[in-house]
Amino acid sequence: MTLDDLFRLAPYSLEASQKEQVLSEILSDLTRRHYANCPEYARILNALSFDASKNHTCAELPFIPVRLFKEFELRSVPQEQITKTLTSSGTSGQAVSKIFLSADNVRAQSKTLNEIISSFIGKQRLPLLLLDTEMIKKDRSMYSARGAGIIGFSIFGRNSTYALDAEMNIDLEKVSSFFEEHKNEPILMFGYTYMIWQFVVRALEEKNISFDARNAVLFHIGGWKKLKDQAVDALEFNRRVQSRLGNVKVYNYYGMAEQLGSVFVECEHGHMHCSNYSDVIIRRPKDFSPAGIGEKGLMELLSVLPTSYPGHVLLTEDEGEILGVDNCPCGRKGKYFKIHGRIKSAELRGCSDTYEKR
Amino acid sequence: MIPMKNVDYIVGTSDINRTPLPVYNDSVCAFISEISATLMKSPLIRVFPDLSALAFWGRKANLQKLKSDFGSTERRLGRGLCFHVAPSNIPVNFAFTYVFGLLAGNANIVRLPSKTFPQIDALCATIKEILQRYPEIEQRTAFVRYPRRDEITAEFCKIADARMIWGGDETIKDIKSLPALPRCVDIAFADRYSIAMIDADAVLNADETQMKRLSENFYNDTWLMDQNACSSAQTILWLNDSKAAREKFWTAAERRAREKYTLQDAVAVDKYTLFCTESILNDNMERCTHHDNLLYREELKALTSDMVNHRGKGGYFFEYALKDENELFAVITEKFQTITYFGVDPDKLCSSLIASNTRGIDRIVPIGKALDIDVIWDGHDLIRELSRGIYVGK
Repeated sequence: MTLDDLFRLAPYSLEASQKEQVLSEILSDLTRRHYANCPEYARILNALSFDASKNHTCAELPFIPVRLFKEFELRSVPQEQITKTLTSSGTSGQAVSKIFLSADNVRAQSKTLNEIISSFIGKQRLPLLLLDTEMIKKDRSMYSARGAGIIGFSIFGRNSTYALDAEMNIDLEKVSSFFEEHKNEPILMFGYTYMIWQFVVRALEEKNISFDARNAVLFHIGGWKKLKDQAVDALEFNRRVQSRLGNVKVYNYYGMAEQLGSVFVECEHGHMHCSNYSDVIIRRPKDFSPAGIGEKGLMELLSVLPTSYPGHVLLTEDEGEILGVDNCPCGRKGKYFKIHGRIKSAELRGCSDTYEKR
Repeated sequence: MIPMKNVDYIVGTSDINRTPLPVYNDSVCAFISEISATLMKSPLIRVFPDLSALAFWGRKANLQKLKSDFGSTERRLGRGLCFHVAPSNIPVNFAFTYVFGLLAGNANIVRLPSKTFPQIDALCATIKEILQRYPEIEQRTAFVRYPRRDEITAEFCKIADARMIWGGDETIKDIKSLPALPRCVDIAFADRYSIAMIDADAVLNADETQMKRLSENFYNDTWLMDQNACSSAQTILWLNDSKAAREKFWTAAERRAREKYTLQDAVAVDKYTLFCTESILNDNMERCTHHDNLLYREELKALTSDMVNHRGKGGYFFEYALKDENELFAVITEKFQTITYFGVDPDKLCSSLIASNTRGIDRIVPIGKALDIDVIWDGHDLIRELSRGIYVGK
């Protein structure tokens, strides 16, 4: 099976055994491709004595640490085929990861995102309120992951309206007229979890202003780290969003800048789902062996999309656990899981001061 | 000196008396051995092995031996006031640097790590209690803690006759940029690199008990400090190399680490990332093997001076079969600090080292003693350098 064949299926339709067969084939192909075209990747596989010429199971395929995209420029196509370079600082450190995207890779990303999101909201394009500032997408050549996310999501909507001005203040007039104009139809909203919290929910609470959307869907992404510090969990977030914006169905989703497109969306039962395009393997930190259901470990993410850079099998620094396979009450097939957040950064003994830098 | 704002005086006084004392002063020795005796009796040393190292070192008998090894202590006085910047990641180091300053006859201001450790709190309480019986020493003691700020450090530097600067290259650069008294002596402990030298035949001949002790000792030198101390071995050099000896050694070492080492998740990721980085960048890597994430072994094709730039953490070792000692001496730079050895004659090794005029290697000690700090450390004769000799001509 190829990626094109996958696009002919509903995005949450493959059961475990079929999926392993399909993914292992596509991912083994990608491994061969990156091995042949990305010298750095090839050196790692050689050091692992990995035989890329054969097909392997998903769990056997070698993963590379996401951090490597901060330290090296990894690409598997000639520079002239790179149309976009995505940058993301991630959450730790100043180093920036660089993801080199070819036109084909970008196309596959947006097609995949489209399949996944429209399985939640339907194929029609809804009026879209972006809970962010338009400034974020100004520089298109070296675009940030946040800007890329906004642009990527914009294809699902029409009449895209930005709720925040350049100084991140909520533009009340613009937002009111958006809600007014579309009061009789479903609307779509999108933003980054922390931005929504800080510049929409908290801002509206301070001003004591509420809107009354009748039928809205909000997708948000970006992680809970900063909100956790304020003791805000998903339930609290959803409740406060609804109390300020009205009848809003809230969907959280998860994805890495290194694997844009094949995102993981949380269903109505609060479970993150792998689609046909992606998978999760939990690795035990002691030996990287695959963990069982309900066992916490490091999250390895697989995606069928990366063709222009070797990001199809990645070891993240996030901790998670598989909750089940093929049997979520929401009906979606595939693995579903829970994310516990970033692992604690290393605390090392030793002579040289590491964390007392000014 | 006026007590400074934002500075916590944890032990001792803000009104420090900088009048020097003779080196190895009797009252100072009595004070240190009382700390040692108190710790020996305390349940604390079972909880914190680093406290037991301090207690053992500070024994009355050891101090007497150090004093007699020192030679004549007449006509030597402390320099005055010594300001110590303790490293942030080795909890008990502050106490060693403090007693070295005292034995040399100085008053001491010790900047404690801003990060708190239970053994620091416990040790400070012990020292504080004992100081009550040594008013002369109490007047010469200040353990301070403050938010890391240059203005405050600068005030302490201004009055320092000596500075003991731990914490590596970055900290040294920071502290040395702050002016001290014109005659101030700085002893700075830079980032260093260390290796182990093992004779394969000696490993093959070792019985079970000896292997157990060797692996225990190797563990204490390396994993115990996340392999991140300056004197923890990064590279293992094999003399009379044999595959069987290596297997015997690493099997024992790995078993010890499995029993004792807590591998943090982030360290597991760091080690795998280092493996990937090494695969990409290091043309000198022959291969790298690992069964699980406890132990990575990277075989080198050749020895180069550049090896100091390839450092492992938490159990990532480099290995090389050494043809002869000269192959090592040829690549030693001033960055090299300690050779820990097993089955090697240290006196012969030292003689050949000196004969080849190397710029590095300050310590040659058996495996297991890498971290044993003492009055001669990192190439410095601390008591001599922190004190002042009076020349009398006739």
